[in-house]
Amino acid sequence: MKLLVIEDDRETAAYLIKGLSESGYTVDHSAEGRNGLYLATGGDYDAIVLDRMLPGMDGLALLGALRAAGIRTPALILSALGSVDDRVKGLRAGGDDYLVKPFAFSELLARLEALLRRGATTPATTRLRVADLELDLLTRSVRRGTKTIELLPREFQLLECLMRHAGHVVTRTMLLENVWDYHFDPQTNVIDVHVSRLRQKIDRNFAPPLLHTVRGAGYCLRPPELIGDGA
Amino acid sequence: MIATSLTLPAARRWNGGRGFARGARRLVRTHAVRLAALYFIVFAVSVLGVLLFVYWMSADFVERQTAATLDAEITGLAEQYALRGLSGLIQIVNARSAGDRGDGMLYLITSPDGKPLAGNIAGWPAGAKTHAGSVSFTVEVPVKGSMATHPAQGMLFVIPQNYRLLVGRDISDAATFRNRIKMTLVWSGLVALGVGLIGGSVMSRNMLRRVEQVNRTAERVMTGNLSDRVPVNSTSDEFDQLAANLNGMLDQIERLMTGMREVTDNVAHDLKTPLARLRARLELTLLAPADADAQTEAIRAAIDEADRLLATFNALLSIAEAEAGATRNRAEPLDLGELAHAAAELYEPLAEAEGVVLRVDGAPGVMVRGDRHILSQAIANLLDNALKYGVGERPGEIALTVAERDGRAALEVSDRGPGIPEADREAVFDRFVRLEPSRSTPGNGLGLSLVRAAARLHEGTVTLNDNAPGLAVRLEFPALAA
Repeated sequence: MKLLVIEDDRETAAYLIKGLSESGYTVDHSAEGRNGLYLATGGDYDAIVLDRMLPGMDGLALLGALRAAGIRTPALILSALGSVDDRVKGLRAGGDDYLVKPFAFSELLARLEALLRRGATTPATTRLRVADLELDLLTRSVRRGTKTIELLPREFQLLECLMRHAGHVVTRTMLLENVWDYHFDPQTNVIDVHVSRLRQKIDRNFAPPLLHTVRGAGYCLRPPELIGDGA
Repeated sequence: MIATSLTLPAARRWNGGRGFARGARRLVRTHAVRLAALYFIVFAVSVLGVLLFVYWMSADFVERQTAATLDAEITGLAEQYALRGLSGLIQIVNARSAGDRGDGMLYLITSPDGKPLAGNIAGWPAGAKTHAGSVSFTVEVPVKGSMATHPAQGMLFVIPQNYRLLVGRDISDAATFRNRIKMTLVWSGLVALGVGLIGGSVMSRNMLRRVEQVNRTAERVMTGNLSDRVPVNSTSDEFDQLAANLNGMLDQIERLMTGMREVTDNVAHDLKTPLARLRARLELTLLAPADADAQTEAIRAAIDEADRLLATFNALLSIAEAEAGATRNRAEPLDLGELAHAAAELYEPLAEAEGVVLRVDGAPGVMVRGDRHILSQAIANLLDNALKYGVGERPGEIALTVAERDGRAALEVSDRGPGIPEADREAVFDRFVRLEPSRSTPGNGLGLSLVRAAARLHEGTVTLNDNAPGLAVRLEFPALAA
C-alpha cells in the first residue's frame, strides 16, 4: 500500500512517515502544496494524508484541483481547524475523512484502513460475515453458528460498523460518528458500555471471542485465526 | 449662526481665546449646527414671505376701498351734472361739503381762472396738476385746533368752459392703517425669527450634548473603562434608543471580554496542572531504571493523561464555538424530543449499569430551531452530569422531559441526588468549576459551561432548580411552530 503524506510541519511529517512505515505502508512525502499536487497527480497512491494549511497551495485548493483532474484517490485531511464547519468544508472540498490535530496515531491508522477498504468492499453486499458470526442487512438479523441473536436497532448498527471494519481497529470516535452521528466526545465513555452489551450478546455463550478491546485505541472484531495480528 | 456659535459649552472656555475660537469653528462644523442653521434660513425665508404677502394683501385692500368710494362719488356727481348742469353740480358739491361727514371726502370746483366756486378745500392744492386724470395731493386739515397736512388721492375732471372739478379722499387713515400693519408685521417677524433662532440653537445644543455624551462614553470605553455606559434620558426617543442599543452592545463586549479573561486564567490554571503531571511522569520514567513493562505502563499512563487533556481542549473549543455563535448558519428545525430520545438512548446502558432508571417523557413535535450537534452535546452533558453527580444512596432515577408551554420549548433533566446548594447554582456554570464533593470523580468542570453556551446560542435559558430532593436542570428555548 502506497501513501502520500503532504505535511509541512517537519516534526509531524517525520512522525507520520515513521509510524506509517512501521505499520507496513510505503510512504512518499511532500512538504509543500504544489509539489504535493504534482506527486498526487503523477504517482499511483492508494491514499493521501493531507494537511490543510500548507505553503504554496492551500490543502483544500489542492484537493479541489485533484478532484477536478478526475483523480479519486481517497484523501484524509489532517487539520488543527476542528469546528464542524471546518470539517464540512473539508469534506465538501473532496476529502474522504477529516481528522483534527492533535490526534492519536491509532485513530489515524484506523481511519486510513477504513478509507483504504472503502474502495475494496462491494457496495452490493447484503451479508457480512466474521468467522461464524453472520449479519444480514436485508432481514436485519444476526446469527452466530445456528443460533439467532436478538439485537436492538442501535446494537445492530454498532455490530454492522464493527463487521464492516472486521480485522481492523475501530476507535470510539469513529463509532460515535458512524453509529450515533455525534461529532463530540461525551465526558464519560458511554461507548464502552454499549460495546460490552453487544459483547454479552455475541460472545458470551460462544467461543472463541470475536470482539476485542484494543487498549488506548478502540475495538476490533476479528476471527480467531487473526489473533496477534493487526493492532 | 453667530448666536449659535456663541453658545459654546462652558467647559471649553478655560482654554482661553484660541481654544474658544477653535471650539467655535469645531461647533460650526458640527452637523447639528449646520442643520439648525439650514432650518433657520428656511424658517426665516418662509416667515418673511408670509409677512410680505399679508402686508401686500391688506395694503391692496385699503387702496381698492379708497378707489371704490371715489368711483361712487364721481358717478353720483356725474349724474347730477348731466341732469342739472354746472349750477346743480355746485349745489350738490356745496351740500356734500357742508359739515364734517367724517368720511374724508374732498371736493373743489374752480372757475376757468382758478377761483374756488364750491367745495371743502380752501384753494387749489399746491403741486396738484391741472389736467384731467388721477392726482395725489396734500390738504391742510384742522386736527384738534391746529392744522395738519394729510395726503389725499383723487380725480381731476375738466368740465366744459374750463371749469375744473377735483374729487378726492383724505387717505391719511389708510396710510396710518398701512403703517400699523407694517409695524405689526415687522415686529411679529422679528419675534418669530428670534424665537426660531433661540429654539434652533437650544435644540441643536441639546442634540450636540447628547451626541457628545455618546462620544465621551465611547472614548472612555476605548481607553479601557469597559463598564462605562451612555446615560439614558427616559424619554425613549431616538437618542435613548441609540443609547440603549449602544449600552447593549457594550454589555455584550464586556461580557465577552470578562469571559475571555476568565477563560485565559482558567485554561492557564487547569491545563498547567495536568501538563505538569504529565511531564513529571515522563521525567520519572526516564530517571528510574525500570524494566520494559514498567516503562510501557508509564507511557500508557502518559497517553491517558494526554487524552484527558485533549478532551478538555475539545470541550473548551466546543464551548468557544457555541459562544461565538459561529454555527448559527447551521441552524435547522429540530425535534427536541427526538434529540432527547437519541441522547437518552446513548446513556441508557450506562444508567442501567449504575442501577439508575432513566425515564424519558418526550412530547412529540416540540420543535426548536438550532444546531443539532451543539444541542445534542448539551443534552448529553446534562445526562452525563446526572449520572455522575445525581445518584444518591437511594435507588436513582433520572427523568428527561420535553414539553412545550406558552411558545417555549422546555427540556428538563432531573435527578434524585444530593442537588446543588442554592448559593452555588450560578457558579457551576463557569468553566472548570467543580464543587467540593465531586472533585474526586473524573470530569473537567466544563459540562454545564457548554450547556449554558448552547442555551445562549439558541436564545434560551438554563436554570437549576431544587427537585426536592435532587437537582432539576431546565433548558428553555423559543419554540418553533410545528
